[in-house]
Amino acid sequence: MSSSSVPYAPPAAAGGASPSTGRKRRKRFSLLTRRDKLTLGLMVGIPAFIHIFLIWLPTIGSIVLSFTSWNGIGGLDKIKFIGFKNYENLFSNYPPFWPAFENNLIWLGAFLLIATPLGMLMAVILDQNIKGTRIYQSVLYMPVVLSLAIVGFIAQLMYSPNMGFINNFLVAVTGDPKWTASGTAIDWLGTPGLNFAMVLIAAGWRHVGYVMVLYLAGLKSVDNTLREAAAIDGANARQTFFRVVFPVLAPINVVVLVVTIIESLRAFDIVYIINKGLNGLGLLSVLITNNILGEASLIGFGSAIAVILLLISIGPIIYYLARTMGREAE
Amino acid sequence: MADLVQRSVSRRTLLKGGAAVAALGGVSAFLAACGSSTATTAPSAAAASAAAASTAPSAAAASTAPSAAAPSAAGSITFGSNYSDPVPQKAFADTMAAFTQKTGIQCTINTVEHNKFQDTINAYLQATPDDCFTWFAGYRMRFFAAQGLATDISDVWQTIGANFSDAFKTASTGDDGKQYFVPLYNYPWVVIYRKSFWQAKGYQVPKTIDDFTKLGDQMKKDGLIPLAFADKDGWPAMGTFDILNMRLNGYDFHIGLMAGKEKWTDPKVVTVFQEWAKLLPYFDPQPLGLTWQEAAQKLINKQAGMYFLGTFAGQQASDQATHDDLDFFPWPLHGTPYDSEMAIDAPIDGFMVSAKAKNLDGAKAAMEFLGSAEAANTYLATDPNDVAANKNADTSKYNAFQKSSATIIAGANKIAQFLDRDTRPDFAGANGMQGFLQTFLKNPTQDLNKFLSGIQSFYDSLPPQ
Repeated sequence: MSSSSVPYAPPAAAGGASPSTGRKRRKRFSLLTRRDKLTLGLMVGIPAFIHIFLIWLPTIGSIVLSFTSWNGIGGLDKIKFIGFKNYENLFSNYPPFWPAFENNLIWLGAFLLIATPLGMLMAVILDQNIKGTRIYQSVLYMPVVLSLAIVGFIAQLMYSPNMGFINNFLVAVTGDPKWTASGTAIDWLGTPGLNFAMVLIAAGWRHVGYVMVLYLAGLKSVDNTLREAAAIDGANARQTFFRVVFPVLAPINVVVLVVTIIESLRAFDIVYIINKGLNGLGLLSVLITNNILGEASLIGFGSAIAVILLLISIGPIIYYLARTMGREAE
Repeated sequence: MADLVQRSVSRRTLLKGGAAVAALGGVSAFLAACGSSTATTAPSAAAASAAAASTAPSAAAASTAPSAAAPSAAGSITFGSNYSDPVPQKAFADTMAAFTQKTGIQCTINTVEHNKFQDTINAYLQATPDDCFTWFAGYRMRFFAAQGLATDISDVWQTIGANFSDAFKTASTGDDGKQYFVPLYNYPWVVIYRKSFWQAKGYQVPKTIDDFTKLGDQMKKDGLIPLAFADKDGWPAMGTFDILNMRLNGYDFHIGLMAGKEKWTDPKVVTVFQEWAKLLPYFDPQPLGLTWQEAAQKLINKQAGMYFLGTFAGQQASDQATHDDLDFFPWPLHGTPYDSEMAIDAPIDGFMVSAKAKNLDGAKAAMEFLGSAEAANTYLATDPNDVAANKNADTSKYNAFQKSSATIIAGANKIAQFLDRDTRPDFAGANGMQGFLQTFLKNPTQDLNKFLSGIQSFYDSLPPQ
C-alpha cells in the first residue's frame, strides 16, 4: 500500500492527503454490519470456545498428567512431575497392558474383517426387496437401540456356565447334564480367549445392525439406471456390485469405516459390565477407567494409558480428515 | 447459628411435598455433576443412581416430620449408603427410621450399588458427599482420614466408647490417634455347609487340613464339588489367600505383607501358593465365570459340599428354613505354629462423617445413635447374617447362625479385615491383586517365583503414599 513507502508520516498529513479514498476503502471493507460481525463472532467464537475447552484442554491435560504422579485428592499443588516413569512402568511392570493393547487390535480387526462386511452383506440382501424385508431389517436393527452395557447384561444371561441360556439349552437338547456341570461345562465367561471371542460376538451382533442400516440407506440412494446399464453391458450381479455399486458408494464406505474404527476403539461398557476387564477381557479404555476413576486413583498412570490410546486413534483420525478435507478442496 | 436456622427453614420448605425428596436428590445430583472438574462423571453417575434409589425411609421421614416446629438443632442429614442388596438395604432403612423417631432429625438415604460406591468413593468424597457415609474399618478408612476427607469424631467416641471393646476402638482410629469411624457389625470368613445334607451323608466337620482333604475326596466320590468357589469379580479369591497366608505364615507376616513391609517374593509367600495349588483340586474347577451368588446357590442346591466365604453368603438362602440349615466352621488348621492364633478375616462395616458435612451436628448425632446398642439391635433384627460390634447389643435374640459367628470371632486371637481393606486400594483392586490372583487360578502350576516377582514389581511401581 501507499503507506508502506512512507515509514512515518504525520497523521494529519496522511489524513489530509486522501481523506476520501480512506473513507471509501473503509466502507468497502465493512460490508458486514455490526450485527453481522457479532453474529459471526458468536458463531465462530462459541464453537471455538467449546472446542478448546472440551477437546483441546482435556487432551493436553491428559498428556501433561501422564508425566505426573497424583492420587486425585487435594489441590493441583499435590501433582508431582516424574518424567517418563509412568510409561516405563506401563511397559515393564503392568501386566494387563499388553493383553489389553492386543485386545483392542483384535477388536478392531474382528469388526473390520467380519462384522462390517457381514452388515454390508445383510444390507445388500435386504435391498433386493425380498419378502418380509422390513421384518428382517427390524430384527437386525433391534440390538442397535440397546446400549452396549445392556448387551453385556444379556450376554451374561446367555453365557453363564451353570445358569446361562446356552449351556442349559445344550442340556435340554442333548439330555446330558454334563453341559452345566462344573468342570465339564463350557465356561464361556471364565476361559480367557473364549470369553473375549464371546464378547466380540455379542458386540458384533449389535455392530452388524448398525452397519446394515448405514449401508442400506446408501444403497437406496444409488441410481437404478447404473444397475440397468451394467446389466445391459452383460455384467452379472457380482460384477455389478463390486465394479459399479461399491465404487459409487465411496462416501458411505468411508463413513462405515470410520464408524467401525470409532466403535472398536471406544469399546468399553460391555467388558466393564461383565468383569471390569479382568481375566483376558482387558481393553485400554477399561484400564484407563480402573486407574483413574476406581478407588486406585492413579491419575498420572491412567493418563499415560489414555495417551497411548490417543496415539492409536490419531491414525484413523488423520486418514478421515485428509479424505474429507481433500474432497472439499476438489 | 443464624445460617443453620436459615438452612433448616429452606430445607423445610423444600421438603414440603412428597416430591420434595426427589427434588432434593435431583439437586444433589446436579451439584455433584458441577463439582470437581477432575472426575465429574463418577460422582454425577453415583449421585444420579443415588437419586433414583432414594428410598422409603426418607419419604416416611418427610411425611412424619413435624411441619411447624422442628427443633432448630434437628434439621436433616443425608446418608450415602452402599447397602444395596435388598436385605441390608431394608435393615439400614429401619435403623435410620428409628434414628429419626428418636431425634426428630430427618435422614435421606442415598443408596448406591455396592461395587460402584467403592469405585467412585474418592471422587464422591471430594465433590458433594452426603453428611455421613457407610464404609469399612482398616487401611482405607485410615487413608481417607489422613487425606482430610473424613471428620474427626473423637468427641462422639467419648459418649459411645463404653459400648466397644479396645479392638473395635483401634479399628476405628486413624493414623493420628483420633477416631473417624463407628463400627456397626462384623462377620467372619468361614467354611459354610448345610447341616441336614451333611447329616444325611455322614460328613464330619474337619479340624485339620488332612481331615479336610479326606472329606474332599469323599465328596468327590459322592459326585459333589467339595468347595464351591467363584472369582469372576476378582475379590472373593482374596479371602482364600488371606486365610492360607495367616495359617501358614502367621498374622503378623500377613499384615506386614499387606502394609508393604514384607516382600511378595519372600519364600513364605511361595509356600502359600504351593499349598493353594495342592488344594485347588477340591475347589470348583471353573471359578472365573461365576459370581459369589452363583457359587452360594451351588452350596444351597447341594451341588457343592462347602463354601468358604463371609457369612453374608447366608443372604442367598431365600427362605428361613434353608437359612437355619446353614452352619459353618473356621478354616481347618495346617499344623503350623500359627494354628493357635486361629486368625480369621472378620471385616468390620460401619459409618463415617465426610469432611464436607453440611449438617455436622446432625451427622454427629447420627454417629452417636449408630454407636448405640439400640441401632445394632434394630439393624440385626432385619439382617441376621452379622454380629454386632457393640458389646452391649442384645445377643439373646441371636439365631444359631449369629451365635456361631460370635463364637468363632471370640475364639480368634488375631483378626484381619480383608486383603482389599488391609492394603492400599491401587494395589488391591481390579488393577492389581484381583488380576494377579486370577492369573494364578488360571495356571496354578506356573513358575511361582516369576509370578510373585511380577506382583512385587507392580507394588514397587506404585507411587509412595
